[in-house]
Amino acid sequence: MNFPFLTLITFIPLLGAVVVALMPGKHERALKLVAVLFSVPSLVLALIAWLLSAQAAGEMQLLEEAVWIPTLNAYYRVGVDGISLPLVFLTTLLTTLSLFYSAYTIKKRVKEFFALFLLLETGMIGVFVALDLILFYIFWEVGLVPMFLLIGIWGQPQDRPQYSAIKFFLYTLVGSVAMLLAFIAIYLTTGTWNILQIPSLKPLAGNPALAIAAFWAIFLAFAIKVPSWPFHTWLPDAHTAAPTAGSVVLAGVLLKLGGYGMIRILLPFFPDLFRQFAPWIGVLALISMIYGALVSMAQWDLKRLIAYSSVSHMGFFMLGLVAAAASLDVANPVLNSRAIALNGAVLQMFNHGIITGGLFFLVGVIYERTHTRDLKAFGGLSAKMPVYYGVMLMTALASLGLPGLAGFISEFMVFRGAFALIPTYAIIGIVAIVLGAAYILWKIIQHVFLGEFSEERWQKIFNPAHWHFSLDMARFEVITMAPLLFFMVLVGVYPAPVLNGINAATTALLAGL
Amino acid sequence: MTLTQLLVLLLPELVLTLTALVVLGLDMIWRNGSWSQRFLLWIALIGSVILIAVTVLIWPLTGTGGLPIAFATGKDFGGDQVPMMALDPLALFFKLFTALVLILVLLASGDYVRVRIRFRGEFYALILFGGLAMMLSAAATNLLMIYLSLEFLSITSYLLTGYLREDERSTEGAVKYFVYGATASAVMLYGFSLLYGATGTLDLAGIATVLMGGMVPVHWLVYPALIMVLVGLGFKIALVPFHQWAPDAYEGAPTPVTAFLSVGPKAAGFAVLMRLLLTALPGFQLDWIAVLAGIAIVTMTLGNLVALWQSNVKRLLAYSSIAQAGYMLIGLVALAPEAQSWTTGLNGLLLYLLAYLFTNLGAFAVVIAVENHAGSAQLDAFAGLMRRNPFLAITMFLFLLSLIGIPPTAGFVGKLFVFGAAIQRQMIMLAVVGIVNSVISVYYYYAIMRQMFFGEAVDTSPFDEGPGLRVAVGVAAVMVLMMALYAEPFIRLASESVSLLAASF
Repeated sequence: MNFPFLTLITFIPLLGAVVVALMPGKHERALKLVAVLFSVPSLVLALIAWLLSAQAAGEMQLLEEAVWIPTLNAYYRVGVDGISLPLVFLTTLLTTLSLFYSAYTIKKRVKEFFALFLLLETGMIGVFVALDLILFYIFWEVGLVPMFLLIGIWGQPQDRPQYSAIKFFLYTLVGSVAMLLAFIAIYLTTGTWNILQIPSLKPLAGNPALAIAAFWAIFLAFAIKVPSWPFHTWLPDAHTAAPTAGSVVLAGVLLKLGGYGMIRILLPFFPDLFRQFAPWIGVLALISMIYGALVSMAQWDLKRLIAYSSVSHMGFFMLGLVAAAASLDVANPVLNSRAIALNGAVLQMFNHGIITGGLFFLVGVIYERTHTRDLKAFGGLSAKMPVYYGVMLMTALASLGLPGLAGFISEFMVFRGAFALIPTYAIIGIVAIVLGAAYILWKIIQHVFLGEFSEERWQKIFNPAHWHFSLDMARFEVITMAPLLFFMVLVGVYPAPVLNGINAATTALLAGL
Repeated sequence: MTLTQLLVLLLPELVLTLTALVVLGLDMIWRNGSWSQRFLLWIALIGSVILIAVTVLIWPLTGTGGLPIAFATGKDFGGDQVPMMALDPLALFFKLFTALVLILVLLASGDYVRVRIRFRGEFYALILFGGLAMMLSAAATNLLMIYLSLEFLSITSYLLTGYLREDERSTEGAVKYFVYGATASAVMLYGFSLLYGATGTLDLAGIATVLMGGMVPVHWLVYPALIMVLVGLGFKIALVPFHQWAPDAYEGAPTPVTAFLSVGPKAAGFAVLMRLLLTALPGFQLDWIAVLAGIAIVTMTLGNLVALWQSNVKRLLAYSSIAQAGYMLIGLVALAPEAQSWTTGLNGLLLYLLAYLFTNLGAFAVVIAVENHAGSAQLDAFAGLMRRNPFLAITMFLFLLSLIGIPPTAGFVGKLFVFGAAIQRQMIMLAVVGIVNSVISVYYYYAIMRQMFFGEAVDTSPFDEGPGLRVAVGVAAVMVLMMALYAEPFIRLASESVSLLAASF
């Protein structure tokens, strides 16, 4: 048997959660240290796994399989390919950074926070590696519970954290129970839960009505998570209420669970239905992109603004996916457009995780100092906090798709693919990029950093007694951001290491449809 | 059948009877409130553990076919040596089930009983007798035996419900329970008499044979009989619309009794329902499936909707348990004849019951612990529980997740099987209603979660739940996780327990 990479990556955080939960609560420094340390092995292993297998990741790597519930034909079956590897890495990276960041910023109920966060990591990684529907579903729900508590307990009182938490919980649950019924229906016709095997068995082919119902049930679960308009309304509340690290992981990873599910499950299981309904899903993608950007532009709460920008940016992902799906009946699309669109979509997920995760950390930076996120309360901070300004500028520009930074590559690929395959959608969608530039430059950069600095206004929101680190970005904040900045530049300048694996996997995936 | 053979087959019942009698006897010898009385609990517990051992021991005796247990007294009811009960896999399953219920309830009741209940010995003896009645009813294959054992169970339940004599609610609950129960069982008895009148036999299999033979001139009598029997069993299981007693009885009863009531009579009711419908009335399947499907839908929906407005956790869990019975009923409605399939509906029902046993008793054990400490089972008594007793809060959270059906918990496995059965039978509507209800239920379970995790307690001092409750809660929590993570043995047990029933049908 090979080295059980994926099992270790998935379950070491769970072990960490148990250890943290059993430690005495008084020693907060020790708790934090242990929690961070327990997240590191997964990060290292995920990186090694990625480096080892990414270049030939057209097929499933690092497979592990064991019988789990024989009567149910359920297996413990995990594996990764070029689509899941970057997302697993992203999860471990953002979790470690979040834990590190939280070690400095979380003050209340420390033990519970770190234990839950590690549990969350296990749930998230599990979804990306599971190749068995039952296992997938279990991990899917395992991630739900800790996030619910993270939002509810550590949310800011003025943001109605409990309301946001239960809203998040209910929205996700509605989708996932619908998905469960669809999974059962699929199992009853195919006799297997194996995610890799089901596509070849043409699930529910004999019952078109049920197939359509199952398709939309699964779509609902993933669309809520992505989130696509009109299922997105939980997201601004949850993001706003969550503590910084919670928002980072929520935007960085949890949204990707939905996107990943669409690529791994929905598209291969129902390629014909997906193609058939692609025009409609494409409309949802366009609305998400443009509506998300417009609403974002109207926000005065920095965190809410970024939350809505996620709706818009995940719309780009959906556009790429739709472009690939809509053209499934085209024998040879121009210049590999289909693969390019899908590659763009996957890369968009990775980039969005890096960039928006970073943006939420950066909101945390200013929020920890001033306890406000009101854009009207800031202004002229570039002089006061130059390092912060620089880091924010770079991340924000990556978010709006400046060439040379990560966001550009994936958005370009999505539009490059979509323009060849579904040109009308692409032309309408391009508006969202313009709007994106508008809210980022106008709202974030101008209102926070440019303009006159007013000492009087600053005194009102900043109380030095409550902040023990340097006024400009503190060292721990710089360390948190550094890996993210590195990836923004790396993917922006030389995306090949990331893209090669993705391309191998998407090509294989499309070939199998 | 010789007497020895008979006694061997009845060993589980005998063990429980003896234990109950010993407890009663010692209670009379040991002065009320004396130190030795604490041993009563131990004796009851040991009896329940022996019950498990004995059940496992006689398990192989059933072979593949199930063994009829006949008493000579059956003579007057249709011939010599009419079998009254059967030792078949289903009966054995419920013997095991009963033992687990007893152990968890007894473990959870120690401190509560010490503080609040004056006559401890009788209390424990009554709980044991309740368990005995459960086992008898689950094994009964004769209408007379079914009626007697269900009445036995009802009467012990009434007594236990009204056990807090000074408490108005307890008395009110008991009276309500009794009045409803008496009516319901009278109606059921009338239904039985119709069945007897129509077929001339009380034996379940005999009824089926006669009805199949087509020689029954008053064939139509079966329909009113079916409805009347459903009234009686619906009352035991607390199915809508025969549920009105449940919230009051659950709220008024001493909490360990509530725990027992929420699982014990319900399980017995389901056991009888399964056996009666499948053995005696398989030919009327289409009729009772239609009726039960309707009942399942209203039971789930009404139980959940009313639970949304509750502020007392006992009452909330009462409505929740009504709704849970609705989900279980799906298993019976969607039963599949072919036993090769992974879910036959019936095995889903048993799995669900087993999951519900651990989950609900665990949840009630937590309620008892909180009540012991705070003196109330109102929602706000749970405020800040995470700070005060993280063990109870985390396990309660787990139980609530299991009641919702979120993996990795036992409740998920139960729901997977019953909803799976519904989809298999193309009863998509039923599955969808069940799913929608699961989502609705989140909202009231969340009311407890919110108090435990987000609520601020007035008194934040930590408290200890005591060893008995700790073990009860711990065992229940471990089983809830086990049933999901290592589900195979449980699924096997459930499937084998219904194999005979599914095959006979």
